[in-house]
Amino acid sequence: MQLFPCPFCGPREESEFHYGGEAGNLRPDGADVTAERWAGYLHMRNNPKGATREVWVHMTCGEFFAMSRDSVNHKVSGSSVLGEAEHGR
Amino acid sequence: MSASRLATGGSDIDRGRPLSFTFDGRRVEGFAGDTIASALLASGQAVVGRSFKYHRPRGIWGSGVEEPNALVDVDSAAGRVPNARATTVQAADGIKVRSVNASPTAETDRNAVLDRFARFLPAAFYYKTFMWPDWHLFEPRIRAMAGLGIVDPDWQPRQVSDQINHHCDVLVVGAGPAGLAAAASAAAAGHSVVLADDRTHPGGSLRHRAGEVDGVEGRAWVEATVARLKGAGQLVLSDTTAFGLYDHHLVALNQRHADGRPDTLWRVRPRRIVLATGAIERPVPFANNDLPGILSADAALSYLRRDGVLVGRDIVVATNNDSAYEPASALAAAGASVTMVDCRREGDAQAKSDIRVLAGRTISAARGRNAVQGVQLDDGTTLAADCVLVSGGWTPTVHLFSQAKGKLAWSDQLAAFIPGEAIDGIGVAGAVAGTVSLSDTLASGAAAAGDFGSSSPVPRGTGVEATLGVVSLWPKPKASGRVWIDYQSDVTAKDIELAARENFVSVEHLKRYITLGMATDQGKTSNLNGLALLADITGRGIPEVGTTTYRPPFTPVPFASLAGPRRGSMHAPVRRLPLEASHRASGGVFQEYGGWLRPAYYGGGEAGASIQEEARRARQSVALFDGSTLGKIEVIGPRAAEFVDFIYYNTMSTLKPGHCRYGFMLSENGVVFDDGVLVRLDEHRFIVSCSSSHVTAVHARLEEWRQDRFGRDAVCIHNATAQYATLTVSGPNARQVVEALELGAALDDASLPHMAVAAGRFAGDEVRIARVSFTGDRSYEISIRADRAEALWARMQHEGRAFDAVLLGLESLMILRAEKGYIVIGKDTDGTTMPHDLGVAGPRTKGASEFVGRRSLFTEAANSTDRNQLVGLALREGEAPLATGAHGVEKRDGRLRSIGFVTSSYQSPALGRPVALALIERGAARHGETIDVQHLGVVRQATIVAPCAFDPEGRRLHA
Repeated sequence: MQLFPCPFCGPREESEFHYGGEAGNLRPDGADVTAERWAGYLHMRNNPKGATREVWVHMTCGEFFAMSRDSVNHKVSGSSVLGEAEHGR
Repeated sequence: MSASRLATGGSDIDRGRPLSFTFDGRRVEGFAGDTIASALLASGQAVVGRSFKYHRPRGIWGSGVEEPNALVDVDSAAGRVPNARATTVQAADGIKVRSVNASPTAETDRNAVLDRFARFLPAAFYYKTFMWPDWHLFEPRIRAMAGLGIVDPDWQPRQVSDQINHHCDVLVVGAGPAGLAAAASAAAAGHSVVLADDRTHPGGSLRHRAGEVDGVEGRAWVEATVARLKGAGQLVLSDTTAFGLYDHHLVALNQRHADGRPDTLWRVRPRRIVLATGAIERPVPFANNDLPGILSADAALSYLRRDGVLVGRDIVVATNNDSAYEPASALAAAGASVTMVDCRREGDAQAKSDIRVLAGRTISAARGRNAVQGVQLDDGTTLAADCVLVSGGWTPTVHLFSQAKGKLAWSDQLAAFIPGEAIDGIGVAGAVAGTVSLSDTLASGAAAAGDFGSSSPVPRGTGVEATLGVVSLWPKPKASGRVWIDYQSDVTAKDIELAARENFVSVEHLKRYITLGMATDQGKTSNLNGLALLADITGRGIPEVGTTTYRPPFTPVPFASLAGPRRGSMHAPVRRLPLEASHRASGGVFQEYGGWLRPAYYGGGEAGASIQEEARRARQSVALFDGSTLGKIEVIGPRAAEFVDFIYYNTMSTLKPGHCRYGFMLSENGVVFDDGVLVRLDEHRFIVSCSSSHVTAVHARLEEWRQDRFGRDAVCIHNATAQYATLTVSGPNARQVVEALELGAALDDASLPHMAVAAGRFAGDEVRIARVSFTGDRSYEISIRADRAEALWARMQHEGRAFDAVLLGLESLMILRAEKGYIVIGKDTDGTTMPHDLGVAGPRTKGASEFVGRRSLFTEAANSTDRNQLVGLALREGEAPLATGAHGVEKRDGRLRSIGFVTSSYQSPALGRPVALALIERGAARHGETIDVQHLGVVRQATIVAPCAFDPEGRRLHA
């Protein structure tokens, strides 16, 4: 059971969180987006081994945030409120 | 075997409190403080169980969690515990203990004959032999012959297992000398400490082995140290096994209670973990080394000193190290005649003169049938014995360290794996870390507290220090006779040789092929001997072979403990209507729908007839329905209109305040995710009325887009679903009933047309009246504070009486909406259904503004011509309704293929014939076509029609 640091509530058990996707998977707007670009946004994931940056939501407070962690040793290096990189604009 | 209770001695038992219980129906006497195992030994019970596969007689081997043989089913007032280790369960007055895998008793097991065929039953014999025609033909009988304890299918917990979350600075696992030293050091430094030990009494080896700490006798030092910890308010948990070490320092512990309470699950999250888990003595390989009466030398010493039990009179001790000499001397002093068979040339220099030592000798075989009667040595000499003690070295209990992803290191000096490179925040101390002498053990304990330790002087052993001097004594290939490696899984050295011949040379493959270490003891006594033999056969070193993966739990944990309160109705708690009591008083029959407990129908009559009657009466005059589960999520803020435009497929910003609009929410892949009515209360305030079972998901989705795209200041989202009750009046006479409620709102069609909202008051409380309809009839949804809904509902029923109002359960509502072709998302749609499949073609696709899922509506798949589309299916009058889920079928190229399926199907009382909705390939263009519908091999015909079967012009909405 991992501990995740919600930027608003502090460290909490992982069961209070939901995964929200890879950080930086920007949403392309518009009907003219190429099929490849749209498919990339919808389906293609990097699934990195090692350092990752992800969006998570703390379900008990409802806040989405970005978290950096290591997918191999599960060390969490930090979390922050959603910034420009995750906003998609 | 002639084990017996001595007249004196036994630190753990209270001779003033005798007790008795039964074992396989036979009465066994013991004392308070006895384990089941010590009481069985004291009563001379040699055979305590039958082995898993060959039904070999087996006796007690160990004295703790490592016990591979003495599994028992224990019936007590608290219920049955199957497969308990007799060595860890306290004896209690009146309990009934049964051996496992033995019938009628362990002594006289009728399947014992199986062992005579053992040579025909090698590893994987069953899987190899019973392949043809089908393993499942043989499986039940084979399984009945093997197996362990018997679960009581009627077991019910008398009370719920407690689950406790706990935080502390330091958790110490193991209350032996190392653990005590670590706990004392951390406590002295002012830190909060939890000290857990799986035995009833703390002390570990100091409880039965000689030792002196700072001039004080070992046991007295243990008692004083524990008293000091408890006095300082530290938590000392006995009978508590740390069975799992998980990410980020979470340790799970299971605590057993002697008073019949169910086990307690502890989740402890310390800042530092000290593993002082000790080591487990290994068996010695020789033929028939599984006979009852052959046990661990350390266990024999434990039984002597803790329980006052002498395990035999004529004892042979086989060893490869010094640790077996203390038991040998102690047993000799207690009156047994003891012969050491020490494989080393020199034996132990400290050996006393009261024991005979045969140095440089090993046992090649044990003799006896149901108990050991003697041994044959490698030089051919035979020795009579009623008990053989073995010490094949010590295996550090590295399980928790390995679960923490710690790497192991091989120690030639100890002939064992010990923890390798240190892990941040986890200290290891004592025998698990490879210490032997008491001074080293105490010092390693104090050091393991790390930054949490104090600088006070470390306790020191002041007596004779223990030595080990272990040499390897591993099982060898091609040994004669059956040399048992894993007692509980019935694995012999020959099985490992067979597996290696068949090329199962990876240790993980070996384990699974011959089930080495896969029994409930997880190979605590057997794994290393097995690995060593595999290494020898394959010409590799033991470290090269490596170990299998250590996984939780260290010992079996009852499901009741893991489940805690999350069982029965608390496993997935339902949400309840504020008016549940009122519905029950009206005869409501409740069912769970999407997590909500709702009335399915009223009256308690036959379900089908009651539902038909409700649906019939609803179309005649007026119906009352509790729709409180409908989502009521408020979207408020300066960019609220822009927000709902983005969320919905439909344009919502053009909606006028005081009005509602029906719309779809899509997922990003263009699939319809939810449908419902959006209410605009004023310029900057909307209410999203989503499907009952989707409220949480829709709320989460709104929050995600708000935070990700719009920002925290632009929109506020508030889920008010539980704060309001929504009570619906529907039917041709709905308006008259609502007027009689005197809500103070104008209800004429000009003031409150269909899809409009009005504000009113009921008994001083604000109410919201929305003219939306899920029945196809004129309907008013009235929302009121949930805690004031009772009076409004009572008044509705009162006013409804003049109009023969009927209470609608959810089932009849489903009929009414299906007659109208109104869909339920997830029932009439699936994970591919897009808006145009539901007949709602492209209102937004051309527009400029963005919405969720938009781009996906332009993909090739979205615009393919053979999509499943929503249709109605008409049957002839008098026919029975189609089965929901039945497939439309057609023959193409001689093969039957599905062209879609029935999603909803009911008998319509208003139409006097069945109605059905279906998703059918190219359905929208096939109205009028008759198709085959197949269900369970029966093919019927149905005609594709428009989804709306009742009042297609919609006149009744305004009637």
